[in-house]
Amino acid sequence: MENHKHHIVEYLTNLYVWVGLAVLTIVTIWVSEFDLKMLTVAVALGVATVKAVLVLMYFMHLKFDSKILTVMVIVTLIVFLSMIVFTFFDYTFRA
Amino acid sequence: MNHSIPSGGFFDNEGKPAWLAWLTTTDHKRIGLLYFYSLTVFFLVGVILGLLMRLELINPGKDLVEAQTYNGLFTLHGVIMIFLFVIPGVPAVFGNIALPLLLGARDVAFPKLNLLSWYLYIGGAILALSTLLVGDGPPDTGWTFYAPYSVKTGTNVSMAVLAAFILGFSSILTGLNFLTTIHRMRCPGMSWFKMPLFAWALYATSWIQLLATPVVGITLLMIVVERWLGIGLFDPALGGDPVLYQHLFWIYSHPAVYIMILPGMGVISEIMPTFSRRRIFGYKAIAYSSLAIAFIGYFVWGHHMFTSGMSGPARIIFSILTFLVAIPSAIKVFNWLATMYGGSIDMKPPMLYALGFIFLFLIGGLTGLVNGALATDVHIHDTYFVVGHFHYVMFGGTGFAFFAALHYWFPKIYGRMYDVKAATRAFWVLFTGFNVLYFPMLVVGMMGMPRRYYDYLPQFHLPNLISTVGSWITVAGLIYMIVVLVKGYRKGATASANPWDGLTLDWQTDSPPSKENFDTIPTVTEGPYEYK
Repeated sequence: MENHKHHIVEYLTNLYVWVGLAVLTIVTIWVSEFDLKMLTVAVALGVATVKAVLVLMYFMHLKFDSKILTVMVIVTLIVFLSMIVFTFFDYTFRA
Repeated sequence: MNHSIPSGGFFDNEGKPAWLAWLTTTDHKRIGLLYFYSLTVFFLVGVILGLLMRLELINPGKDLVEAQTYNGLFTLHGVIMIFLFVIPGVPAVFGNIALPLLLGARDVAFPKLNLLSWYLYIGGAILALSTLLVGDGPPDTGWTFYAPYSVKTGTNVSMAVLAAFILGFSSILTGLNFLTTIHRMRCPGMSWFKMPLFAWALYATSWIQLLATPVVGITLLMIVVERWLGIGLFDPALGGDPVLYQHLFWIYSHPAVYIMILPGMGVISEIMPTFSRRRIFGYKAIAYSSLAIAFIGYFVWGHHMFTSGMSGPARIIFSILTFLVAIPSAIKVFNWLATMYGGSIDMKPPMLYALGFIFLFLIGGLTGLVNGALATDVHIHDTYFVVGHFHYVMFGGTGFAFFAALHYWFPKIYGRMYDVKAATRAFWVLFTGFNVLYFPMLVVGMMGMPRRYYDYLPQFHLPNLISTVGSWITVAGLIYMIVVLVKGYRKGATASANPWDGLTLDWQTDSPPSKENFDTIPTVTEGPYEYK
């Protein structure tokens, strides 16, 4: 069951993604020069998330594979985030 | 009547010495049996430790062992039963044996990885049992290894948590194997909703094994790091937080409860239609409820920590979420009962164990609601009520489902039939013993007797005495069951390929199946339980 043909990604697409990742890395370093106060971590994590999504979609072929794999990754992320959120929820309200 | 051990089908060693053929096998059925034999040994060790605990508790005061020995007994009983029997139990044994057969596949997706999982399991088990024999004595922390005590005690905690860490790897690899097998190796025509419900249960279980187990692996390593390097992760004296340990531990260990129970529920979903001669009621509801239990099960761990200093709002949230998980569990129970309604019920041993499961799991589940409610939990937390509750779920649920699966697939595995009447008698002895053993724990817990003490106040004597007598009846039932099955294995009548008239693919091949399972890969055209 569920045998899929492997999608071959063009070299040019991979190159664009690689350039995108490199640019985002430069953005991360550049942004760190500014004092964004509370947003410092959020911005760094936001850029890192965009980079992770690019890697997942193109280098790990989620964009071209069965949608069920995307669902699996999303569910996994929800579970992982929930673990962190619930734990910190306790810490936030602790006397 | 046969008088030799089974030798046909996958028992054929193909010219190799038996020990070499078994220890290097990549056949899922043989690996399932390797798990079965090793699990049985560890289960019996756990039973003996439990029996010794009950003997110590027959009277108030010291009867048999010192307090420190008792602490070691309950810790090792917990570690062995949880990590070596209940968690791997149904998936490692019957998942391995039955899953490829149910899917119409020749093996699991990664047979060599499957064998590696068993070797890791054995390695972890040897390390766990070694804590008895070397160093400063067995750990005395309880199977939960709560910090900061686990960081400070001089007993063999590091070795025990490393054992649990290795066992976790075995569990992760099995989960990964089953997930891939279910996605990739279903036979032609077997769409997701034509898949047997045991496979659905294993699918949900595998997700928990894959996602939750790494958390406890890292957590247990943190204990070792703190013990060896003195880094203050959990010890408040070093700036650590013991409640953080409890969060991390239960993030895995509560979903692990569903690793234990979900495969058992899958077994019951196979047995109910076969022995009721009826199509299963609410197939999709049972399939989805397995996924729902697995998913919601990730978010309820905080109910183990209601009295541990967790914040008020977090306690309320976790309590509400805990009640949510009861819904999919209840859906399953309702559907099993509805399957039997109007069916032509055949009270053979697998069905008896399945019904025993439902009865005992109901008591376990309903007493779980008492634990899940904030106010009542404060009263019964860390009392024998909790011990009674989880034994009803773990032993009454998973244990009885394990025995149900064993009696169900026994003729398929060995090609032999056990004495059905004797197996029925063994069930009743075990079922009676179980309730005499564990029900008094619920009562004495309500009365206020705390768990994990080798002594107790005189007013708790009678329930403890009854419970200890129950442990003897339970052990008698277990011995009787083992004798019946060993006799069936050695001298039982030859079983047909399909002695229970099952409709799933496992019953459409020889007993015992060949190494390749099927002569030709079957094609499925209808659902797995289409009884006419």
